[in-house]
Amino acid sequence: MMKVGVIRFPGSNCDRDVYHALELAGGKPDYIWWNQKDLSRFDAIVIPGGFSYGDYLRAGAIASITPVIDGIKEAVNDGKPVLGICNGAQILAEVGLVPGVFTNNENAKFICERVELKVTSTRTPFTSMYKKGEVIKMPIAHAEGRYHTEEIQKLHDQDQIVLKFEGKNPNGSLEAITGVCDESGLVCAVMPHPERASESVLGSDKGLKFFKGIIKFKS
Amino acid sequence: MKYNAEVKISLKKGMLNPEASTIQRALALLGYEVKGTDTIQTIKFTIDEEDEKVAREEVDDMCQRLLCNPVIHDYEIKITPDNS
Repeated sequence: MMKVGVIRFPGSNCDRDVYHALELAGGKPDYIWWNQKDLSRFDAIVIPGGFSYGDYLRAGAIASITPVIDGIKEAVNDGKPVLGICNGAQILAEVGLVPGVFTNNENAKFICERVELKVTSTRTPFTSMYKKGEVIKMPIAHAEGRYHTEEIQKLHDQDQIVLKFEGKNPNGSLEAITGVCDESGLVCAVMPHPERASESVLGSDKGLKFFKGIIKFKS
Repeated sequence: MKYNAEVKISLKKGMLNPEASTIQRALALLGYEVKGTDTIQTIKFTIDEEDEKVAREEVDDMCQRLLCNPVIHDYEIKITPDNS
């Protein structure tokens, strides 16, 4: 059974939701505390959302220098899938494992709503069960989600844009981008919360395929 | 030798600064018509190093590794002897 590590920082708050979604998807999740370095027992890693270290300095900045990041880098080198959701996405961008940065929303507000999203790349394990161009609804909940990069052409050329806002662009992201991956496609950072749309009792189960894609993944 | 270090972190030219534009709009509500509002973050600390050059290099390292995000930020370092 696919063993998936769920990283916990002081201030993480979507860790239990992600754990639950991974169980629903048929995986075997376990929590990892920020000071653990050895993640070799896991087949995949998810960094859940929250406000690690109170978002001090910049969202994700302080989490990006903790010991667990060394373990995550090792997992990436070993070709294991790594998904960062919301604060997890901000952390992956701060570490530099995905290109660009998620910074203050254009309207300077915390935005919490369900939005329409287009799956623009299906080459990541997390989006492999969607159809390219498929539009899904998932919640966003962030104040620092406006995507910016100076390498936009490279992202297009290498198929690194994974999710885009459809219809409206609530936070002013560059080209409405709200999910990107690294060159390999195995490290993926998304601002929307698939775990908050992972069973019908939550209003939608359209996000569950993000987690099913991890469980299905064969290196 | 003890030095006072001051790091000023600003957004790169052309980067949107929602905090600054909100402040500018709020000032307009009070009747102050100002332009070009900007916000700059300052981080201050003291550091013990053999000379000013080494102190500056150390602080520059801190900026690149943690204090700033090179994708969006510019920074300025000021090092002065701490005579207190």
